[in-house]
Amino acid sequence: MLEVTCLSAWYGEAQVLTDVSLAVHEGEVATLVGRNGAGKTTLLRCVMGLHRSLEGQLRLDERDLDRLSPNARARAGIGWVPDDRGIYASLTVEENLTLPPVVSADRAWPVEQIYEAFPALADRRASMGTQLSGGEQQMLAMARVLRMGSSLLLLDEPSEGLAPVIVQRIGEIIRQITDHGVGVLLVEQNVTFAATVADRHYLLAQGRVVEQLDNAQFQAREHELLEHLGI
Amino acid sequence: MSAFIQYTLQGLAAGGFYALAALGLAVIFGVLGVVNFAHGACYMLGAVVSAVLLDVVGLHFWPALVIVPILMFLFGVLLERVFVQWLLRLDVLYNFLLTFGIALVLVDLVKRRYGVSGLPYEQPAGLRGQLHLGSLSLPTYQVFVFAFSMLVCVLVWLLLTRTRIGMIVRASTEEPERTRALGINVNRWVTPVFGFGIGLAGLAGVLAAPFRAITADMGGNFVIILFAVVVIGGLGSVLGAVVAGFLVGLVEAYGQAYASSFSQIAIFVLMALVILVRPAGLFGRQETA
Ligand SMILES: Nc1ncnc2c1ncn2[C@@H]1O[C@H](COP(=O)(O)OP(=O)(O)O)[C@@H](O)[C@H]1O
Ligand SMILES: [Mg+2]
Repeated sequence: MLEVTCLSAWYGEAQVLTDVSLAVHEGEVATLVGRNGAGKTTLLRCVMGLHRSLEGQLRLDERDLDRLSPNARARAGIGWVPDDRGIYASLTVEENLTLPPVVSADRAWPVEQIYEAFPALADRRASMGTQLSGGEQQMLAMARVLRMGSSLLLLDEPSEGLAPVIVQRIGEIIRQITDHGVGVLLVEQNVTFAATVADRHYLLAQGRVVEQLDNAQFQAREHELLEHLGI
Repeated sequence: MSAFIQYTLQGLAAGGFYALAALGLAVIFGVLGVVNFAHGACYMLGAVVSAVLLDVVGLHFWPALVIVPILMFLFGVLLERVFVQWLLRLDVLYNFLLTFGIALVLVDLVKRRYGVSGLPYEQPAGLRGQLHLGSLSLPTYQVFVFAFSMLVCVLVWLLLTRTRIGMIVRASTEEPERTRALGINVNRWVTPVFGFGIGLAGLAGVLAAPFRAITADMGGNFVIILFAVVVIGGLGSVLGAVVAGFLVGLVEAYGQAYASSFSQIAIFVLMALVILVRPAGLFGRQETA
Protein backbone atom coordinates (compact mmCIF):
# COMPACT_ATOMS: atom_id res chain seq x y z
CA MET A 1 0.00 0.00 0.00
CA LEU A 2 2.85 2.41 0.78
CA GLU A 3 5.63 2.61 -1.76
CA VAL A 4 8.66 4.81 -1.23
CA THR A 5 10.93 5.01 -4.25
CA CYS A 6 14.38 6.61 -4.33
CA LEU A 7 13.58 9.08 -1.59
CA SER A 8 16.24 11.64 -0.74
CA ALA A 9 15.75 14.42 1.77
CA TRP A 10 17.68 17.43 2.97
CA TYR A 11 17.84 19.86 5.85
CA GLY A 12 19.25 22.89 4.08
CA GLU A 13 22.47 21.65 2.46
CA ALA A 14 22.74 18.54 4.58
CA GLN A 15 21.42 15.40 2.94
CA VAL A 16 19.88 13.07 5.53
CA LEU A 17 18.19 10.47 3.29
CA THR A 18 19.71 9.01 0.12
CA ASP A 19 17.77 6.92 -2.40
CA VAL A 20 15.62 5.15 0.16
CA SER A 21 13.19 2.65 -1.33
CA LEU A 22 10.82 0.60 0.75
CA ALA A 23 7.29 -0.75 0.76
CA VAL A 24 4.65 -1.62 3.33
CA HIS A 25 1.89 -4.00 2.29
CA GLU A 26 -1.61 -4.46 3.62
CA GLY A 27 -1.76 -6.33 6.91
CA GLU A 28 1.99 -6.21 7.31
CA VAL A 29 4.38 -4.69 9.81
CA ALA A 30 7.62 -3.37 8.38
CA THR A 31 10.18 -1.86 10.71
CA LEU A 32 12.75 0.78 10.11
CA VAL A 33 15.68 0.09 12.40
CA GLY A 34 18.69 2.33 12.76
CA ARG A 35 20.77 4.43 15.12
CA ASN A 36 19.81 7.82 16.39
CA GLY A 37 20.19 10.31 13.59
CA ALA A 38 19.90 7.71 10.82
CA GLY A 39 16.95 9.58 9.33
CA LYS A 40 13.98 7.48 10.49
CA THR A 41 11.86 10.33 11.80
CA THR A 42 12.65 12.39 8.72
CA LEU A 43 11.38 9.58 6.52
CA LEU A 44 8.06 9.46 8.37
CA ARG A 45 7.77 13.25 8.13
CA CYS A 46 8.33 13.00 4.37
CA VAL A 47 5.52 10.45 4.06
CA MET A 48 3.26 12.68 6.15
CA GLY A 49 4.03 15.69 3.96
CA LEU A 50 5.59 17.67 6.78
CA HIS A 51 9.11 17.63 5.38
CA ARG A 52 9.16 19.27 1.98
CA SER A 53 12.79 19.33 0.94
CA LEU A 54 12.85 15.98 -0.86
CA GLU A 55 13.17 14.12 -4.13
CA GLY A 56 11.74 10.76 -5.07
CA GLN A 57 8.35 9.17 -5.16
CA LEU A 58 5.78 8.47 -2.47
CA ARG A 59 2.68 6.47 -3.34
CA LEU A 60 -0.21 5.25 -1.25
CA ASP A 61 -2.44 2.64 -2.86
CA GLU A 62 -1.07 3.53 -6.31
CA ARG A 63 -1.80 7.17 -5.72
CA ASP A 64 0.88 9.86 -5.85
CA LEU A 65 1.22 11.67 -2.54
CA ASP A 66 3.37 14.55 -3.83
CA ARG A 67 0.56 16.99 -4.36
CA LEU A 68 -1.43 16.12 -1.26
CA SER A 69 -1.24 18.40 1.79
CA PRO A 70 -0.62 16.78 5.18
CA ASN A 71 -4.30 16.93 6.05
CA ALA A 72 -5.27 15.30 2.76
CA ARG A 73 -2.72 12.55 3.42
CA ALA A 74 -4.23 11.92 6.84
CA ARG A 75 -7.66 11.73 5.24
CA ALA A 76 -6.31 9.34 2.64
CA GLY A 77 -5.60 6.95 5.51
CA ILE A 78 -2.18 7.70 6.96
CA GLY A 79 -2.12 7.80 10.74
CA TRP A 80 0.96 9.22 12.44
CA VAL A 81 2.16 8.59 15.98
CA PRO A 82 5.02 11.08 16.33
CA ASP A 83 8.12 10.43 18.39
CA ASP A 84 7.09 12.98 21.02
CA ARG A 85 3.54 11.52 21.11
CA GLY A 86 2.04 14.83 20.01
CA ILE A 87 -0.55 15.13 22.77
CA TYR A 88 -2.12 18.58 23.10
CA ALA A 89 -1.79 20.26 26.48
CA SER A 90 -4.83 22.47 25.91
CA LEU A 91 -7.16 19.59 25.00
CA THR A 92 -8.63 17.01 27.34
CA VAL A 93 -7.88 13.33 26.82
CA GLU A 94 -11.24 12.84 25.13
CA GLU A 95 -10.72 15.90 22.91
CA ASN A 96 -7.27 14.65 21.96
CA LEU A 97 -8.93 11.42 20.95
CA THR A 98 -11.78 12.92 18.95
CA LEU A 99 -9.97 15.86 17.36
CA PRO A 100 -9.03 14.12 14.10
CA PRO A 101 -11.74 13.08 11.67
CA VAL A 102 -12.78 9.47 11.22
CA VAL A 103 -11.31 8.59 7.83
CA SER A 104 -12.79 5.11 7.40
CA ALA A 105 -15.99 4.25 9.20
CA ASP A 106 -15.47 0.45 8.86
CA ARG A 107 -12.02 0.50 10.30
CA ALA A 108 -12.39 3.20 12.94
CA TRP A 109 -12.58 2.11 16.55
CA PRO A 110 -15.55 3.65 18.34
CA VAL A 111 -14.63 5.63 21.44
CA GLU A 112 -16.17 2.92 23.71
CA GLN A 113 -13.95 0.27 22.16
CA ILE A 114 -10.93 2.50 22.72
CA TYR A 115 -11.81 2.93 26.38
CA GLU A 116 -12.29 -0.81 26.73
CA ALA A 117 -8.87 -1.45 25.25
CA PHE A 118 -7.22 1.35 27.27
CA PRO A 119 -9.02 1.54 30.63
CA ALA A 120 -6.42 4.01 31.91
CA LEU A 121 -7.62 6.54 29.32
CA ALA A 122 -11.27 6.03 30.24
CA ASP A 123 -10.53 6.93 33.85
CA ARG A 124 -8.79 10.12 32.81
CA ARG A 125 -10.92 11.23 29.90
CA ALA A 126 -11.57 14.66 31.42
CA SER A 127 -7.92 15.36 32.35
CA MET A 128 -5.85 17.65 30.20
CA GLY A 129 -3.67 15.76 27.74
CA THR A 130 -0.29 16.46 29.23
CA GLN A 131 -1.36 15.51 32.75
CA LEU A 132 -1.04 11.91 31.61
CA SER A 133 2.13 9.92 32.25
CA GLY A 134 4.46 9.23 29.33
CA GLY A 135 3.03 5.74 28.90
CA GLU A 136 -0.54 6.98 28.94
CA GLN A 137 0.31 9.66 26.40
CA GLN A 138 1.78 7.00 24.14
CA MET A 139 -1.42 4.96 24.46
CA LEU A 140 -3.47 8.03 23.70
CA ALA A 141 -1.43 8.74 20.56
CA MET A 142 -2.02 5.13 19.43
CA ALA A 143 -5.69 5.30 20.37
CA ARG A 144 -6.08 8.50 18.35
CA VAL A 145 -5.03 6.87 15.07
CA LEU A 146 -7.12 3.78 15.84
CA ARG A 147 -10.19 5.98 16.22
CA MET A 148 -9.43 7.65 12.88
CA GLY A 149 -9.50 4.26 11.19
CA SER A 150 -6.25 4.92 9.32
CA SER A 151 -5.20 2.17 6.94
CA LEU A 152 -1.46 2.84 7.24
CA LEU A 153 0.14 3.63 10.58
CA LEU A 154 3.47 5.39 10.95
CA LEU A 155 4.67 4.65 14.47
CA ASP A 156 7.77 6.51 15.62
CA GLU A 157 9.39 4.56 18.47
CA PRO A 158 6.15 3.66 20.24
CA SER A 159 7.94 1.53 22.85
CA GLU A 160 10.45 4.15 23.91
CA GLY A 161 10.53 4.70 27.64
CA LEU A 162 7.59 2.41 28.36
CA ALA A 163 7.23 -0.34 30.93
CA PRO A 164 7.48 -3.87 29.47
CA VAL A 165 3.79 -4.65 30.13
CA ILE A 166 2.73 -1.63 28.13
CA VAL A 167 5.13 -2.46 25.31
CA GLN A 168 3.58 -5.91 25.21
CA ARG A 169 0.10 -4.39 25.11
CA ILE A 170 1.10 -2.18 22.19
CA GLY A 171 2.47 -5.24 20.41
CA GLU A 172 -0.87 -7.03 20.86
CA ILE A 173 -2.75 -4.08 19.43
CA ILE A 174 -0.43 -3.87 16.44
CA ARG A 175 -1.08 -7.56 15.67
CA GLN A 176 -4.80 -7.12 16.17
CA ILE A 177 -5.09 -4.28 13.66
CA THR A 178 -2.83 -5.83 11.06
CA ASP A 179 -5.17 -8.85 11.15
CA HIS A 180 -7.75 -6.40 9.82
CA GLY A 181 -5.56 -5.33 6.92
CA VAL A 182 -3.87 -2.25 8.37
CA GLY A 183 -0.27 -1.75 7.27
CA VAL A 184 2.28 -0.52 9.80
CA LEU A 185 5.61 1.19 9.32
CA LEU A 186 7.26 0.89 12.70
CA VAL A 187 10.35 2.86 13.64
CA GLU A 188 12.10 1.03 16.46
CA GLN A 189 15.37 0.89 18.32
CA ASN A 190 14.08 -1.85 20.57
CA VAL A 191 15.24 -4.78 18.45
CA THR A 192 13.62 -7.40 20.64
CA PHE A 193 10.25 -5.71 20.40
CA ALA A 194 10.67 -5.23 16.65
CA ALA A 195 11.33 -8.96 16.24
CA THR A 196 8.13 -9.89 18.09
CA VAL A 197 5.75 -7.85 15.91
CA ALA A 198 7.28 -7.33 12.50
CA ASP A 199 7.24 -9.28 9.24
CA ARG A 200 10.09 -7.49 7.54
CA HIS A 201 12.85 -5.11 8.53
CA TYR A 202 14.76 -2.33 6.85
CA LEU A 203 18.08 -1.30 8.33
CA LEU A 204 18.78 2.34 7.87
CA ALA A 205 22.30 3.72 8.30
CA GLN A 206 23.27 7.30 7.55
CA GLY A 207 20.19 7.84 5.47
CA ARG A 208 20.52 4.70 3.32
CA VAL A 209 18.78 1.35 3.46
CA VAL A 210 21.74 -0.95 3.99
CA GLU A 211 19.85 -4.20 4.44
CA GLN A 212 16.43 -5.69 4.11
CA LEU A 213 15.67 -8.79 6.20
CA ASP A 214 12.71 -11.01 6.90
CA ASN A 215 11.93 -11.67 10.52
CA ALA A 216 13.69 -15.06 10.69
CA GLN A 217 16.95 -13.58 9.39
CA PHE A 218 16.48 -10.64 11.69
CA GLN A 219 16.06 -12.82 14.77
CA ALA A 220 19.05 -14.95 13.84
CA ARG A 221 21.21 -11.85 13.71
CA GLU A 222 19.68 -10.04 16.68
CA HIS A 223 22.95 -9.85 18.64
CA GLU A 224 24.97 -8.58 15.72
CA LEU A 225 22.31 -5.98 14.99
CA LEU A 226 22.24 -4.85 18.59
CA GLU A 227 25.96 -4.19 18.35
CA HIS A 228 25.60 -2.45 15.04
CA LEU A 229 22.97 -0.16 16.50
CA GLY A 230 25.12 0.49 19.53
CA ILE A 231 22.28 -0.05 21.95
CA MET B 1 -14.05 54.14 50.03
CA SER B 2 -16.74 55.06 47.56
CA ALA B 3 -14.13 56.87 45.46
CA PHE B 4 -12.05 53.71 45.44
CA ILE B 5 -15.01 51.68 44.21
CA GLN B 6 -15.61 54.22 41.47
CA TYR B 7 -12.01 54.00 40.31
CA THR B 8 -12.26 50.24 40.38
CA LEU B 9 -15.34 50.35 38.19
CA GLN B 10 -13.63 52.75 35.82
CA GLY B 11 -10.72 50.34 35.59
CA LEU B 12 -12.96 47.35 34.97
CA ALA B 13 -14.85 49.20 32.23
CA ALA B 14 -11.61 50.23 30.50
CA GLY B 15 -10.35 46.70 31.13
CA GLY B 16 -13.38 45.41 29.24
CA PHE B 17 -12.18 47.19 26.07
CA TYR B 18 -8.68 45.80 26.52
CA ALA B 19 -9.92 42.30 27.27
CA LEU B 20 -12.16 42.13 24.20
CA ALA B 21 -9.53 43.53 21.87
CA ALA B 22 -6.74 41.40 23.37
CA LEU B 23 -8.93 38.33 23.01
CA GLY B 24 -9.17 39.05 19.29
CA LEU B 25 -5.43 39.59 19.07
CA ALA B 26 -4.83 36.30 20.91
CA VAL B 27 -6.98 34.10 18.66
CA ILE B 28 -5.51 35.71 15.55
CA PHE B 29 -1.97 35.14 16.78
CA GLY B 30 -2.86 31.63 17.88
CA VAL B 31 -4.22 30.40 14.59
CA LEU B 32 -2.40 32.58 12.03
CA GLY B 33 0.82 33.30 13.88
CA VAL B 34 0.28 36.92 12.87
CA VAL B 35 0.62 39.79 15.32
CA ASN B 36 -1.94 42.31 14.16
CA PHE B 37 -0.54 45.81 14.68
CA ALA B 38 -3.69 47.18 13.01
CA HIS B 39 -5.79 46.03 15.95
CA GLY B 40 -5.97 49.50 17.51
CA ALA B 41 -7.03 50.97 14.18
CA CYS B 42 -9.79 48.35 13.95
CA TYR B 43 -10.96 49.34 17.43
CA MET B 44 -11.00 52.98 16.27
CA LEU B 45 -12.88 51.98 13.13
CA GLY B 46 -15.54 50.23 15.24
CA ALA B 47 -16.15 53.45 17.15
CA VAL B 48 -16.05 55.67 14.05
CA VAL B 49 -18.41 53.42 12.09
CA SER B 50 -20.86 53.49 15.03
CA ALA B 51 -20.75 57.29 15.12
CA VAL B 52 -21.17 57.61 11.36
CA LEU B 53 -24.06 55.15 11.25
CA LEU B 54 -25.76 57.05 14.06
CA ASP B 55 -25.28 60.34 12.25
CA VAL B 56 -26.15 59.22 8.72
CA VAL B 57 -28.81 56.55 9.09
CA GLY B 58 -29.79 57.09 12.71
CA LEU B 59 -28.62 53.62 13.77
CA HIS B 60 -28.68 53.64 17.56
CA PHE B 61 -26.32 52.08 20.04
CA TRP B 62 -28.22 48.85 20.66
CA PRO B 63 -28.50 47.69 17.05
CA ALA B 64 -24.98 49.02 16.41
CA LEU B 65 -23.73 46.66 19.11
CA VAL B 66 -24.72 43.79 16.81
CA ILE B 67 -24.30 45.28 13.34
CA VAL B 68 -20.93 47.00 13.68
CA PRO B 69 -19.07 43.86 14.87
CA ILE B 70 -20.58 41.99 11.91
CA LEU B 71 -19.38 44.72 9.54
CA MET B 72 -15.95 44.57 11.16
CA PHE B 73 -15.95 40.79 10.81
CA LEU B 74 -16.55 41.23 7.07
CA PHE B 75 -13.84 43.87 6.93
CA GLY B 76 -11.49 41.41 8.64
CA VAL B 77 -12.38 38.70 6.12
CA LEU B 78 -11.58 41.14 3.31
CA LEU B 79 -8.26 42.16 4.89
CA GLU B 80 -7.28 38.54 5.35
CA ARG B 81 -8.15 37.53 1.80
CA VAL B 82 -6.52 40.55 0.16
CA PHE B 83 -3.46 41.10 2.35
CA VAL B 84 -2.86 39.01 5.41
CA GLN B 85 -2.97 35.56 3.79
CA TRP B 86 0.27 36.37 1.95
CA LEU B 87 2.05 36.89 5.27
CA LEU B 88 1.81 33.27 6.28
CA ARG B 89 4.55 32.37 3.83
CA LEU B 90 6.81 35.37 4.51
CA ASP B 91 9.36 36.46 7.06
CA VAL B 92 7.85 37.92 10.25
CA LEU B 93 9.25 41.34 9.37
CA TYR B 94 6.53 41.63 6.72
CA ASN B 95 3.95 40.92 9.37
CA PHE B 96 4.97 44.12 11.15
CA LEU B 97 5.27 46.18 7.96
CA LEU B 98 1.93 45.11 6.54
CA THR B 99 -0.27 45.34 9.61
CA PHE B 100 1.37 48.54 10.82
CA GLY B 101 0.95 49.97 7.30
CA ILE B 102 -2.73 49.03 7.30
CA ALA B 103 -3.12 50.85 10.62
CA LEU B 104 -1.52 54.04 9.24
CA VAL B 105 -3.71 53.96 6.13
CA LEU B 106 -6.91 53.47 8.13
CA VAL B 107 -6.04 56.26 10.53
CA ASP B 108 -5.23 58.68 7.72
CA LEU B 109 -8.35 57.81 5.76
CA VAL B 110 -10.49 58.55 8.81
CA LYS B 111 -8.59 61.80 9.41
CA ARG B 112 -9.11 62.96 5.85
CA ARG B 113 -12.81 62.26 5.94
CA TYR B 114 -13.75 63.21 9.50
CA GLY B 115 -10.94 65.46 10.68
CA VAL B 116 -9.25 65.27 14.04
CA SER B 117 -11.74 67.00 16.31
CA GLY B 118 -13.77 63.96 17.29
CA LEU B 119 -17.22 62.69 16.40
CA PRO B 120 -20.17 63.10 18.74
CA TYR B 121 -21.93 60.13 20.29
CA GLU B 122 -24.60 60.36 22.92
CA GLN B 123 -24.99 57.98 25.81
CA PRO B 124 -27.45 55.29 24.75
CA ALA B 125 -30.97 55.30 26.10
CA GLY B 126 -31.29 53.26 29.27
CA LEU B 127 -27.61 53.57 30.16
CA ARG B 128 -27.47 57.24 31.13
CA GLY B 129 -26.96 58.65 34.59
CA GLN B 130 -26.04 56.86 37.75
CA LEU B 131 -26.94 53.57 39.27
CA HIS B 132 -27.74 53.84 42.98
CA LEU B 133 -26.74 50.94 45.14
CA GLY B 134 -27.34 51.86 48.77
CA SER B 135 -25.12 54.82 49.48
CA LEU B 136 -23.05 54.17 46.34
CA SER B 137 -23.79 55.79 43.07
CA LEU B 138 -22.04 54.44 39.99
CA PRO B 139 -22.13 55.52 36.34
CA THR B 140 -24.61 53.16 34.69
CA TYR B 141 -22.69 53.01 31.45
CA GLN B 142 -19.50 51.80 33.11
CA VAL B 143 -21.38 49.08 34.96
CA PHE B 144 -22.87 48.02 31.64
CA VAL B 145 -19.53 47.98 29.82
CA PHE B 146 -17.97 45.83 32.50
CA ALA B 147 -20.87 43.37 32.65
CA PHE B 148 -21.27 43.18 28.90
CA SER B 149 -17.59 42.64 28.12
CA MET B 150 -17.41 39.98 30.83
CA LEU B 151 -20.39 38.27 29.24
CA VAL B 152 -18.78 38.33 25.79
CA CYS B 153 -15.52 36.97 27.24
CA VAL B 154 -17.44 34.12 28.86
CA LEU B 155 -19.27 33.37 25.61
CA VAL B 156 -16.00 33.31 23.67
CA TRP B 157 -14.54 31.08 26.35
CA LEU B 158 -17.46 28.66 25.98
CA LEU B 159 -17.08 28.77 22.21
CA LEU B 160 -13.42 27.86 22.56
CA THR B 161 -13.81 25.16 25.18
CA ARG B 162 -17.17 23.56 24.39
CA THR B 163 -17.38 23.40 20.61
CA ARG B 164 -15.59 21.48 17.91
CA ILE B 165 -14.51 24.71 16.24
CA GLY B 166 -13.03 25.84 19.54
CA MET B 167 -11.20 22.54 19.88
CA ILE B 168 -9.67 22.96 16.43
CA VAL B 169 -8.69 26.54 17.23
CA ARG B 170 -6.98 25.42 20.44
CA ALA B 171 -5.23 22.55 18.69
CA SER B 172 -3.93 24.67 15.84
CA THR B 173 -2.85 27.38 18.25
CA GLU B 174 -0.74 24.84 20.06
CA GLU B 175 0.65 22.86 17.11
CA PRO B 176 -0.45 24.02 13.66
CA GLU B 177 1.69 21.57 11.71
CA ARG B 178 0.74 18.53 13.73
CA THR B 179 -2.92 19.42 13.58
CA ARG B 180 -2.71 19.35 9.78
CA ALA B 181 -1.06 15.94 9.95
CA LEU B 182 -4.09 14.72 11.91
CA GLY B 183 -6.37 15.43 8.98
CA ILE B 184 -7.63 18.87 9.91
CA ASN B 185 -7.78 21.55 7.29
CA VAL B 186 -6.41 24.35 9.45
CA ASN B 187 -6.37 26.77 6.51
CA ARG B 188 -10.15 26.69 6.32
CA TRP B 189 -10.35 28.32 9.76
CA VAL B 190 -7.79 31.03 9.12
CA THR B 191 -10.10 33.54 7.42
CA PRO B 192 -13.05 33.26 9.84
CA VAL B 193 -10.73 33.43 12.83
CA PHE B 194 -9.11 36.61 11.53
CA GLY B 195 -12.55 38.11 10.88
CA PHE B 196 -13.66 37.08 14.36
CA GLY B 197 -10.65 38.78 15.97
CA ILE B 198 -11.30 41.99 14.04
CA GLY B 199 -14.99 41.74 14.97
CA LEU B 200 -14.01 41.68 18.66
CA ALA B 201 -11.82 44.76 18.22
CA GLY B 202 -14.78 46.42 16.48
CA LEU B 203 -17.06 45.47 19.35
CA ALA B 204 -14.66 47.11 21.81
CA GLY B 205 -14.84 50.18 19.56
CA VAL B 206 -18.65 50.29 19.66
CA LEU B 207 -18.57 50.02 23.46
CA ALA B 208 -16.02 52.82 23.61
CA ALA B 209 -18.05 55.15 21.38
CA PRO B 210 -20.34 56.65 24.06
CA PHE B 211 -17.51 56.75 26.60
CA ARG B 212 -14.34 57.92 24.87
CA ALA B 213 -13.52 60.68 22.41
CA ILE B 214 -14.04 59.23 18.93
CA THR B 215 -11.04 60.34 16.90
CA ALA B 216 -8.81 58.83 14.25
CA ASP B 217 -6.02 58.65 16.82
CA MET B 218 -7.92 56.85 19.57
CA GLY B 219 -6.43 53.51 18.50
CA GLY B 220 -2.80 54.65 18.68
CA ASN B 221 -2.46 54.73 22.42
CA PHE B 222 -4.90 51.86 22.74
CA VAL B 223 -2.80 49.49 20.68
CA ILE B 224 0.33 50.25 22.71
CA ILE B 225 -1.46 49.34 25.92
CA LEU B 226 -2.98 46.37 24.17
CA PHE B 227 0.48 44.97 23.51
CA ALA B 228 1.33 45.41 27.17
CA VAL B 229 -1.84 43.44 27.92
CA VAL B 230 -0.85 40.66 25.57
CA VAL B 231 2.69 40.46 26.91
CA ILE B 232 1.43 40.37 30.49
CA GLY B 233 -1.19 37.71 29.73
CA GLY B 234 1.04 35.63 27.47
CA LEU B 235 0.97 35.91 23.69
CA GLY B 236 -1.59 33.52 22.26
CA SER B 237 -3.20 32.77 25.64
CA VAL B 238 -6.92 33.47 25.62
CA LEU B 239 -7.38 33.35 29.37
CA GLY B 240 -4.27 35.50 29.77
CA ALA B 241 -5.68 38.13 27.39
CA VAL B 242 -8.86 38.46 29.43
CA VAL B 243 -7.28 38.47 32.88
CA ALA B 244 -4.49 40.85 31.84
CA GLY B 245 -7.01 43.10 30.06
CA PHE B 246 -8.93 43.74 33.24
CA LEU B 247 -5.73 43.91 35.31
CA VAL B 248 -4.26 46.60 33.07
CA GLY B 249 -7.55 48.51 33.09
CA LEU B 250 -7.41 48.56 36.90
CA VAL B 251 -3.76 49.59 37.06
CA GLU B 252 -4.46 52.39 34.62
CA ALA B 253 -7.50 53.65 36.55
CA TYR B 254 -5.77 53.55 39.96
CA GLY B 255 -2.79 55.25 38.38
CA GLN B 256 -4.93 58.03 36.97
CA ALA B 257 -6.65 58.46 40.30
CA TYR B 258 -3.72 58.34 42.70
CA ALA B 259 -0.66 59.22 40.62
CA SER B 260 -1.88 60.65 37.37
CA SER B 261 1.51 61.37 35.88
CA PHE B 262 2.54 57.74 36.36
CA SER B 263 -0.56 55.92 35.18
CA GLN B 264 0.90 54.79 31.85
CA ILE B 265 4.28 54.07 33.35
CA ALA B 266 2.62 51.85 35.94
CA ILE B 267 1.32 49.58 33.17
CA PHE B 268 4.76 49.14 31.69
CA VAL B 269 6.36 48.62 35.09
CA LEU B 270 3.83 45.84 35.61
CA MET B 271 4.75 44.45 32.21
CA ALA B 272 8.47 44.54 33.03
CA LEU B 273 7.88 42.78 36.35
CA VAL B 274 5.84 40.06 34.71
CA ILE B 275 8.50 39.51 32.05
CA LEU B 276 11.18 39.25 34.72
CA VAL B 277 9.29 36.66 36.73
CA ARG B 278 7.52 34.80 33.95
CA PRO B 279 9.03 35.59 30.54
CA ALA B 280 6.14 33.91 28.68
CA GLY B 281 3.53 36.00 30.50
CA LEU B 282 1.11 35.06 33.26
CA PHE B 283 -0.67 32.37 31.25
CA GLY B 284 1.79 31.73 28.43
CA ARG B 285 3.43 28.39 28.08
CA GLN B 286 7.01 28.73 29.25
CA GLU B 287 8.61 26.88 26.37
CA THR B 288 7.27 29.42 23.89
CA ALA B 289 9.29 32.17 25.55
N1 LIG C 1 15.13 20.20 12.08
C1 LIG C 1 16.35 19.75 11.69
N2 LIG C 1 17.26 20.59 11.17
C2 LIG C 1 18.46 20.14 10.78
N3 LIG C 1 18.86 18.87 10.88
C3 LIG C 1 17.99 17.98 11.40
C4 LIG C 1 16.69 18.37 11.84
N4 LIG C 1 16.04 17.29 12.32
C5 LIG C 1 16.91 16.26 12.18
N5 LIG C 1 18.08 16.67 11.63
C6 LIG C 1 19.23 15.82 11.32
O1 LIG C 1 18.83 14.86 10.37
C7 LIG C 1 19.36 13.61 10.68
C8 LIG C 1 18.25 12.58 10.80
O2 LIG C 1 17.44 12.88 11.91
P1 LIG C 1 16.17 12.03 12.30
O3 LIG C 1 15.36 11.80 11.09
O4 LIG C 1 15.52 12.67 13.44
O5 LIG C 1 16.84 10.66 12.75
P2 LIG C 1 16.28 9.47 13.63
O6 LIG C 1 14.80 9.62 13.76
O7 LIG C 1 16.67 8.26 12.87
O8 LIG C 1 16.97 9.54 14.95
C9 LIG C 1 20.18 13.77 11.95
O9 LIG C 1 21.53 13.90 11.60
C10 LIG C 1 19.67 15.05 12.55
O10 LIG C 1 20.71 15.70 13.22
MG1 LIG D 1 13.65 9.79 15.50
